[in-house]
Amino acid sequence: MSKVRKLEDTVAMIPDGAVLMIGGFMGVGTPPHLIDELLRQNKRNLTVIANDTARPAVGIGRLIAAKAVRKVIASHIGTNPETQRQMIAGETEVELVPQGTLAERVRAGGFGLGGVLTPTGVGTVVEDGKQRIELDGTVYLLEKALKADFALIAAKRADYLGNLEYALTARNFNPLMAMAAETVIVEAEDIVPVGVIPPDSVVTPNVLVDCLVAKEHRHG
Amino acid sequence: MDEKTLIAKRVALELRPGNLVNLGIGLPTMVAAHLPAGVNVFFQSENGIIGMAPVPEPGAENEDLSDAGGSPIGAVPGAASFDSAMSFGLIRGGHLDVTVLGGLQIDEEGRLANWMVPGKMVPGMGGAMDLVSGAKRVIVAMQHSAKGTPKIVKRCELPLTSVRRVDLIVTELAVIEPTDKGLVLREIAPGVTVADVLAQTGAELIVPSVVPTMPVGA
Repeated sequence: MSKVRKLEDTVAMIPDGAVLMIGGFMGVGTPPHLIDELLRQNKRNLTVIANDTARPAVGIGRLIAAKAVRKVIASHIGTNPETQRQMIAGETEVELVPQGTLAERVRAGGFGLGGVLTPTGVGTVVEDGKQRIELDGTVYLLEKALKADFALIAAKRADYLGNLEYALTARNFNPLMAMAAETVIVEAEDIVPVGVIPPDSVVTPNVLVDCLVAKEHRHG
Repeated sequence: MDEKTLIAKRVALELRPGNLVNLGIGLPTMVAAHLPAGVNVFFQSENGIIGMAPVPEPGAENEDLSDAGGSPIGAVPGAASFDSAMSFGLIRGGHLDVTVLGGLQIDEEGRLANWMVPGKMVPGMGGAMDLVSGAKRVIVAMQHSAKGTPKIVKRCELPLTSVRRVDLIVTELAVIEPTDKGLVLREIAPGVTVADVLAQTGAELIVPSVVPTMPVGA
């Protein structure tokens, strides 16, 4: 059964105050039309978990500029002066997480783990408020898993069932986030008939995907 | 030769054939253009590729292929792309031979601070903390001073990136190796004296009886 839905209806499922994971790295691999529609429907008080906030006019940066976001959990905001301004002014809460730790926290959330032990951040401000665990002579921080209400995912190709393929560096956090949210919404560049994507090429299996929105073309 | 080119050329001499190398944005990126003849390495970009290369020609940009700063890149034959957990598994798991990063401060224990200036600039650590924790070899490529203020100091005042001791510091004046005894002056730049380096360094330097000049040609 096809999971293709109308963009408006799909985004209408997302309430104000929702926790969103949004794929992408500096806008590459961020689903553009889902961002457009979040803005058009004037969503508010969102919590966004993402690698970065891109630039003010790009990807997640547009949600920041529109004041749609209450809290950001990200590894890097250096390319978006507006995120830094909102953080320093106390308008938006920002939790900075080392990039590899962010990836693992999202992965843990989707893989049924409570968290991970990582040496990254030991002895730095990242350690504040966290449990330190020594194991076989190495010190680790206990970093808790992250989960979300919705994941907004960009894929290169999807079939109608929701099997996904990604492209090059647009993959980044997308397959991890597709595991870690209650509802997974995918914007695919192409939607193709079932069977076109060979099983070996599927990175995100269809059972994880709830809704598909076409970015450009549809075939079949 | 300008200062940044000198630093990039000297850092490039540290790379060995077949190394997996991650270059930070800014000055470290320049190292790729100065590899010695016959040294072929693989460059990782932490957003998810091994085998990054410059865009082959104008017009050949691919919107799904960028570096960690979001700028278009190319890929060499044999490149591989992957998700962020794999990318940082490579970094944290001890599979990355060399990382080259910029620095704001380094102290006598060889500890690096390079991700924020409280109250002024809060870009976030991005991948830097994982890179310094996990790479086999950490090289800091930076200018020796910031507007006349030494960046090599007794103790970092800025928030640390990691408590791990970095392996080598390369500036436009000197090559310095942090060791368990302290910071050792290994080389000086062409036309620079040991006294020049000491005058612009805010930490104790151990100066061997012979300090050679950096082996970088014009």
